[in-house]
Amino acid sequence: MFELLGIPPQALFGQLLLGLINGAFYAMLSLGLAVIFGLLNVINFTHGAQYMMGAFGAWMLLNYAGIPFWGALVLSPIIVAAIGMVIERTLLKRLYHLDHLYGLLLTFGLALILEGLFRRQYGSSGLPYNNPLPGGTNLGFMFLPNYRAFVVVASLVVCIATWYVIERTKLGSYLRAATERPDLVQAFGIDVPRMITLTYGFGVGLAALAGVLAAPAYQVSPTMGSNLIIVVFAVVVIGGMGSIMGAIVTGFGLGIVEGLTKVFYPEASSTVIFVIMAIVLMVKPAGLFGTAK
Amino acid sequence: MRLAAIFLAASSLMGAGAAYAQVPVKIGVLNDQSGLYADLGGQGSVWAAKKAVEDFGAAAKGLKVEVIFADHQNKADVGTSVARQWYDVDGVDAIFDTPNSGVALAVSGVTKEKNKVFINSGAASSDLTGKACTPNTVHWTYDTWALANGTGKAIVKTGGDTWFFLTADYAFGHALERDTEAVVLANGGKVAGKVRVPLNNADFSSFLLQAQSSKAKIIGLANAGGDTINSIKQAAEYGIVEGGQKLAGLLIFLTDVHSLGLKVAQGLNLTSAWYWDMTDANRKFADAFAAANGGKRPTMVQAGVYSGVTHYLKAVEALKSAKDGAAVVAEMKKIPTDDPLFGKGEVRADGRHIHPMFLFEVKKPSESKGPYDYYTLKATIPANEAFRPIGEGDCPLVKKG
Repeated sequence: MFELLGIPPQALFGQLLLGLINGAFYAMLSLGLAVIFGLLNVINFTHGAQYMMGAFGAWMLLNYAGIPFWGALVLSPIIVAAIGMVIERTLLKRLYHLDHLYGLLLTFGLALILEGLFRRQYGSSGLPYNNPLPGGTNLGFMFLPNYRAFVVVASLVVCIATWYVIERTKLGSYLRAATERPDLVQAFGIDVPRMITLTYGFGVGLAALAGVLAAPAYQVSPTMGSNLIIVVFAVVVIGGMGSIMGAIVTGFGLGIVEGLTKVFYPEASSTVIFVIMAIVLMVKPAGLFGTAK
Repeated sequence: MRLAAIFLAASSLMGAGAAYAQVPVKIGVLNDQSGLYADLGGQGSVWAAKKAVEDFGAAAKGLKVEVIFADHQNKADVGTSVARQWYDVDGVDAIFDTPNSGVALAVSGVTKEKNKVFINSGAASSDLTGKACTPNTVHWTYDTWALANGTGKAIVKTGGDTWFFLTADYAFGHALERDTEAVVLANGGKVAGKVRVPLNNADFSSFLLQAQSSKAKIIGLANAGGDTINSIKQAAEYGIVEGGQKLAGLLIFLTDVHSLGLKVAQGLNLTSAWYWDMTDANRKFADAFAAANGGKRPTMVQAGVYSGVTHYLKAVEALKSAKDGAAVVAEMKKIPTDDPLFGKGEVRADGRHIHPMFLFEVKKPSESKGPYDYYTLKATIPANEAFRPIGEGDCPLVKKG
């Protein structure tokens, strides 16, 4: 039995798979951010809070309405997306003509307010949410919980479907056109403001979906989003702001890199992504998949 | 309006002038108000401090006590700058609670420099009364040595003799790992491996997998709060317990069990200095706490703040002044401790408050009568065995014989 850098291959496969699972969360969150940034030019700092709201939504649906995980998987993102669209209609749309910074400040402020409200109501240590798919499969080199396998598959499906809709369908072409020349697209009789609202809702819904998926694996707590969002922003920057494919590939890729760091030098596992970000920004400032404007 | 003000002023003057001039005392509760340790201390600790002042009958005893609070955000620099501001500008005489060992060690240093009083309930590092001890610091509720001695020893003695540590990578985790490792080795056990995990990590699966492949019988969680919660939750997912390994949560608070739910937390062994459902006095305190804090039950940290404030006020009353911090702490060491929550005990020369510790097991969902009915008492560790012997801590205040 050969060993690679002192780690038996079984352990290495296990860690790669775990990295992929974490990458699934990064990919879904960064995808939502990339869609919003790509089409609205807004840096959505509320994304972490919306991810948290998705998880809390699942908890509330279960505890107040008796709706189990599978129902929450559909309902919670819709509810959170609706709240997001209200925010877009009432607040964000007033800022489109201003600098990025204003959108960033508004969404950051909203994130703090939302987090504070949830903390006030539910405390900081979080709430329990039971695993809907207990048990797992022994793959020989590791024990793969059924739920984690489901997360990877679900997130891959969602990511690829999103990419396909935006890059390969007529609706997607309208969306992309509207970001380049909204006036021209409007002239063709397409309701651009409504399209933007729906796009924001979709991006937010993706965050909430990731939140629902996270609820059984991580603790449902008010700070779960702010802990994750910084990493996700790093993922988006590395992938290239606004690049859909970039967000997906870097999300999964960095999950794997982080997973490997956890084996070889665990102390650095919370910093490795930022080291990569710094290097990428020096070598290719537009990001790995981004195009310089 | 003006009449009311005159009455108010007159009545407070009458209260004050009764026997002697009032001694002003200002207490600052400095803890995490918004982050991962906010539930176990936070506003609950502020309430406990105020309640202690009220129950002590401070006003009738000639003390004019004011309680303020601040959020240290788990950052040592924020904690020390609040402490300096409080001591230098706001006239604070004593700081209480302060979870997070990193912040606590820093605040302890500032307190000594300014000759004030620091009574810690929330932090764990046994260094506070070990090599970092000062004449101005008292460590009230628990410490890493006591946790290791309680949970660690109990587990090794029941056959859990090989350990793998998941350690939070900062002062607290290191101290807890060190103290537990010493207990494991002293009782004939072995340490199969350890991994240092950055604070506030969400996903533990990689580390749990490493622990799993180490084949150690016990996975020791030298972490706290959200990190402990996520480790236990994910260990259940990866079938760690079904695989024959056991988890040892070395520091678990009541709020953590509440947050995990009994389904996941059942069967865990844990060491605690205090549990609300043990005596009538504790239940009475817990009822009052619940009424004021949205139905929550107090943690040992919050009870410790109550107990610590009570003893502190006794010392100030005896000295009739709160100004000389070292003198107040010396007085606290001189008079025996006695209050409804922690019972009789003492504050040792190194600043360690000595009292019994308790070994609990988390109940099964079927055994629990409802929220916060979580622990079954397994063993009481008597006060003289619960804490590190005074000669072994390397505290410079203790003369080696």
